[in-house]
Formats: sequence, structure tokens, C-alpha cells
Amino acid sequence: MSFRAAVVTFPGSNCDRDLAVALEDVTGEECLRVWHGDADLPERLDFIALPGGFSYGDYLRSGAMAARSPIMRAVVQAAGRGVPVLGVCNGFQVLTETGLLPGALMRNAGIRFVCRNVALTVENSQSLFTSHYMKGQRITIPVAHHDGNYFADEATLDRLEGEGRVAFRYAEVVNGSARDIAGVLNDAGNVLGMMPHPERMMERAQGGTDGRTLFESAVRGLIGA
Amino acid sequence: MKVRVYVSLKNGVLDPQGRAIRHSLEGLGFSGVIDARAGRLIELEVDESVTDEALDDMCRKLLANMVIENYRVERVAA
Repeated sequence: MSFRAAVVTFPGSNCDRDLAVALEDVTGEECLRVWHGDADLPERLDFIALPGGFSYGDYLRSGAMAARSPIMRAVVQAAGRGVPVLGVCNGFQVLTETGLLPGALMRNAGIRFVCRNVALTVENSQSLFTSHYMKGQRITIPVAHHDGNYFADEATLDRLEGEGRVAFRYAEVVNGSARDIAGVLNDAGNVLGMMPHPERMMERAQGGTDGRTLFESAVRGLIGA
Repeated sequence: MKVRVYVSLKNGVLDPQGRAIRHSLEGLGFSGVIDARAGRLIELEVDESVTDEALDDMCRKLLANMVIENYRVERVAA
């Protein structure tokens, strides 16, 4: 069988190759690459990933310009049809700016850029992206961001918690995020945004494989293996 | 015609940059500054065809993030 995954590259993306390599590692298939100015996505995609980086130099707000780029109209439509979409770091910021995910990512509470491994707790192990983790499992995945401070109003936060849409929570102080939220799902469960970089924890040489589990969950879940 | 769009954080949204600015002012010896909020000013040059409704639309669709920010539009006489 073939698995068709695509990574979108915006001007200023810098984790697009890492994300593509991570997907290729798990799927055994070449990952398709899409440019922000493209109007259409490749046909029959099984998975779309939005990478980390500093799209459009973070002009206006992180992810704001990328969210209005031509390819994102196609991504929003695909997400609406149920195609799984993963946004990592700047990709998460893009997803909130498009409205595919609720809330916003603000400047870290401590003002500083945070770049280190952080402990996370898996809050939802039922989703497409997290099924190979155990609920409550403590994992380690690196973060590298300046604007990772998740904000949403109290009613939205309550709804996210109530619907099991908080995928990951920080298990230590990182950036001031509301309720320590590190990753959230959309209501249909096919869109995940997260600040930590799972593509940077794929093999022992990188310090662990806690990120690989996310890609294994999604790919195995989709091909039913 | 010049239009100024002021974008500011909503009340209740924490502003780490504003807080740092206040701390720095304090560090420089300025007393009495109770709070600081950092916002953004965007100046647009538009022709007469641009309506208030269109400006409003621009703010909602791009210039401000309505989850965390408010905006105010001001037309400046030439």
C-alpha cells in the first residue's frame, strides 16, 4: 500500500525537511512537498503536516501571513473533508490563525525564546495522533519557540478539557500556557496542533523516540496496521 | 487618504511584553508607572473607494487576531 503524506513549506519554514524525513521514516514512502504559493494540494493525500519555523518572518503575528497563503485554503478544505493535519510549532500557530484550532499562541510569559527538552503528559490517548501512547504517560519532546503561550477564553478551555481535546500538557513550567496546554485537537479529532517538536525525537541518537510514537500512531492508525 | 489601525490586546489577556517594558522603566528609575500594554499601529494609505466596512473586514480577517486583540480604525485627514 502507499501512504501519501505532504509537508507544506512556507518562506521561513525551517523544520519542513525534518518533518518530511520523520514521515518517510515511519511510512517508508517518499513524502510529498508542497509550496505555500500552490493553489492545490496533491490528490488523495492521507496526511498533511505544517512545519515549524518562522513563516514570513513572523510578520504581523506568528503564523498570520502563512494562514492567509494560497495553499492554506486547500488545507482548510482538506481538513474539513477529514484529512488528518498535524501542525508543529509554527504549524500550530498557523492552525490557530486559520481558525482550524481555537485559541492563540502568544509571546512566552518569560519573554525569552525557550529551546530545550520538556516533559509532557499525554492527556488523550484515544486520538488518531496519540493512540500508541498511554493516557497519563510522561514523555520528553523538545520545544523551540518564542510564541508558545497558549491562550483561549475560559469557556473555550473548559470545552477543550471536557471534550478530551487537550492532547498534551506540559509537566513543567515552560511558557505560561493556559492550563499548561501543549497540544490541542479540533472537534473532529483530525487536526492536531502542538508546540513541541515530535520530529526531533525519532531515534536514540536524538535522545529518545517519544516523538516517533506520534507518527507511528497516525500512520498505523490510518493504514489499519 | 491615510488610515491608522490601532491593534491592542484585549483586557484580561496577559501582556508579557508590556510587563517587561514596565519593569525596564522601573529599572531606569521612572517611578509611578503602574502598567504598560504593548500594541501595534498599522498605517494604511487608501483611496476614496475604501469603505469603513472594508476597513473593518481587513481588521477582522488579518490585521487583528480577534481571539486576543481589539482594534480601532481612525481616518486621518490629508
